[in-house]
Amino acid sequence: MSTETDTAKGTDPVTAVRRRRAGVTDKEGRRVPLWQLVLRYALLLVVLALTVGPFLWQLSTSLKGPHEDIFSSPPKFLPGQPTLDNYARVADTIPVWDYALNSLKVAAANVVTNCVGASLAGYALARMRFRGRRAATLAFILAMLVPVEGIIIAQFTTMRDLGLNNTLIAVLLPGSIGAMNVLLMRNAFLNLPYEVEEAAYVDGANAWQRYLRIALPAVKGTLAVVAIFAFMGAWDDFLWPLIVLSDPDRFTLTIGLNYLHGTFANDERLVAAGTVIAVAPLIVLFACLQRYFFRGVGEGAVKG
Amino acid sequence: MNSPTAAPADPSGPLAAAPAARSTRSGPHRAGRRIRRQLPSSPWLFAAPGLLVVGVFSLYPFVSTVVNSFTDRRTLVPGHYVGLANFRELWHDDMFWTGLRNSTLYVLGVVPALVVLPLLLALLVQRHIPGIAFFRAAFYTPVVASIVVVGLIWVWMLDDRGLINSVLEAVGVGKVGFLSDQWLLLCSAMAVTVWKGLGYYMIIYLAALANVPRELHEAAAVDGAGAVRRFFTVTVPALRSTMVLVAALSSVSAFKVFSEVYLMAGPSGGPAGEDTTLVMLVQRVGTGLTGRVGYASAISVVVFVVTVALMLLVLRADRREDA
Repeated sequence: MSTETDTAKGTDPVTAVRRRRAGVTDKEGRRVPLWQLVLRYALLLVVLALTVGPFLWQLSTSLKGPHEDIFSSPPKFLPGQPTLDNYARVADTIPVWDYALNSLKVAAANVVTNCVGASLAGYALARMRFRGRRAATLAFILAMLVPVEGIIIAQFTTMRDLGLNNTLIAVLLPGSIGAMNVLLMRNAFLNLPYEVEEAAYVDGANAWQRYLRIALPAVKGTLAVVAIFAFMGAWDDFLWPLIVLSDPDRFTLTIGLNYLHGTFANDERLVAAGTVIAVAPLIVLFACLQRYFFRGVGEGAVKG
Repeated sequence: MNSPTAAPADPSGPLAAAPAARSTRSGPHRAGRRIRRQLPSSPWLFAAPGLLVVGVFSLYPFVSTVVNSFTDRRTLVPGHYVGLANFRELWHDDMFWTGLRNSTLYVLGVVPALVVLPLLLALLVQRHIPGIAFFRAAFYTPVVASIVVVGLIWVWMLDDRGLINSVLEAVGVGKVGFLSDQWLLLCSAMAVTVWKGLGYYMIIYLAALANVPRELHEAAAVDGAGAVRRFFTVTVPALRSTMVLVAALSSVSAFKVFSEVYLMAGPSGGPAGEDTTLVMLVQRVGTGLTGRVGYASAISVVVFVVTVALMLLVLRADRREDA
C-alpha cells in the first residue's frame, strides 16, 4: 500500500521547491488558504482532545495522591501532588508484574510462531507445487472466515481434551499461526520476482535454502507487519484468555485488569495505574514502529 | 512480470516442478551434485504447522460447534443427540432474544457511524500540512490499546462521579446515568466501539483517498462544484467499494461485540441482564464446570448464520448499486 505519507516525504524535487516558496501547501504544491488552515488545525485539535484526552485523564488519575479529590467538580486535570504510589499499590493488590510477564511471554511466543509458521506455509503455497495445494489454500481461507467468537466454546472443550486449559500454552495456541498471516505471507512471496529463485535453483539450492536465504529476506516488510500484529493481538486479547484461564496465578494482564476492576472497583487510582501499565508498552511500540502499523491495516484490511 | 508465476493454475518452470518430483520420487537423481544429506524439503513439511494449527483450532472447532448444537453436551458430560431441541429452547428463551436484539441494535448503531466518521477524519488528515503525521498517529492510538484498557478508561470517564459527569455538573446539566440506565449503557458501549475503531478505518479510507484521481476533482471544480458538492459527486462515488468494505467489516465485528459491553455493563450484562449481547450469552452459558456446551453452540450457530447473512447483505447492496 502506498499512502501519501510515502510519496510526500519530499521525494519529488519540484514539490519540495514549490513548498519552500509558497509557505504552507499541500502535496500537489497548491497553497492552502489561511482560514482553511486555521479551521483544519482547530478541528484536528478537537479530535486530538477526543482521542488522546481519555488516555491522559487516566494517566493523570493514576498519578493523583490518596488525599487528593479525584471526583472534584469542576475536574482537576493535573495531579496536585503527583505520586507513583498507586503503581506500587497495584503491585500489592494483584501480582501485576507477573501478569505483565505472562502477557509478554504469550505475545513474544505468538510473534515467533506466527513469523515462522506463517512464512513457511505461505512459502509452500506460493512457491512450491504439490498435490493438494489448492485444498491447503482453501483451508486457510476458510479458517480466516470462521469468526473466533463463534467457536470459542469448542476451542475451550478442545483445550480440555488436550489437557491444556488454564495454561499459557492454551492462551497461545489458537492464534499461534493465523490463517490471515499465512495468506499475507503467501501474497508477499507471490509478488517477488521469480527469476532470482530460479537462478538459485539452477545453482543447486534446495527449498530450505531458497526460502531462508532468498525469499525470506525479500519479504522483511510483511514479516514485520505480521510480527507487530501478532504481538498486539496477543497482548490485547481478552475473550479467549478470559475463558481459558481460571487460575489467578496464570492470568495475563488484560484478565488481571478485569479482575482488578471487578474486585477493587471503588479505587479508581489503582485501576488507572493498572491500565497505564497495560497500555504504555504498546504505545511505545507503536510510536517506534508506526509505519508498519499503518501498512498492516492496508495489507490486512480483512482482519476486522 | 510476476503475474504468470502468480497464477496457481500454471506453475511452469523448473522451480515449481522440482519439489513435487523430489517428494514423490526418492532416488539418487541429482546426487552427483549434492552428496551431503539434506533436510527433507517436502512442501507438506512447510505447510504442516500452519495446517495443523488452523485445522485443530479453527476448522475442527467450527465443525464441532455445529455438531454440538444438536446435542445436550455439557462441560463434563458427553452429550447425546437431541435434534433441534436446543434451537427450540432458544426460541422460548427471553435472554436469547434480548441478546439478539442488543447485537442487532449494536450493528445498526455502530455501522453508520463507522462508515461516515472515519471518512470525514480521513479527509481532515489527508492534506500534508505540517504536523499531520503526528495527528494521524495520535488518532490511531485507541486502535493500539487493548479493549480492556479502553473499556476501563471509559468506565471511569462515564462513571457517576467521573470526568464527564463532573463537567456536566459544572455546567449545570446535572448527572447522567451513562452506566446505570439500560439504554444509555448500550449507547455508551457503542460510542466506545466507534471511538476505538475510528483510527483503524481512517487509515483504510486514507489509502483509498490517495487513489482517487485528482483530475476528477479538478474537472468538477472547473465546472463550478464547491467542496461539499465535490465530496458527494466525486469522493463518495470513487470510495464506494471502500465504504462497502468498511460496512462489511464493521457490521460483522459489531454483531460479535463482547468486550465493551462485558466491561461496561459487567459480566451479568447490566440491569437485569438487559444489556447482554449474543456472544456474552455464549460465554456465560457455555463456560465453567456446568457449562451447557450444546446450548451455547446453538447460539454460536445463530452467530455464524447472522454473520454470513450480514456479509451477503452488504455485498449484495454493493452489487445492486453497480447495476
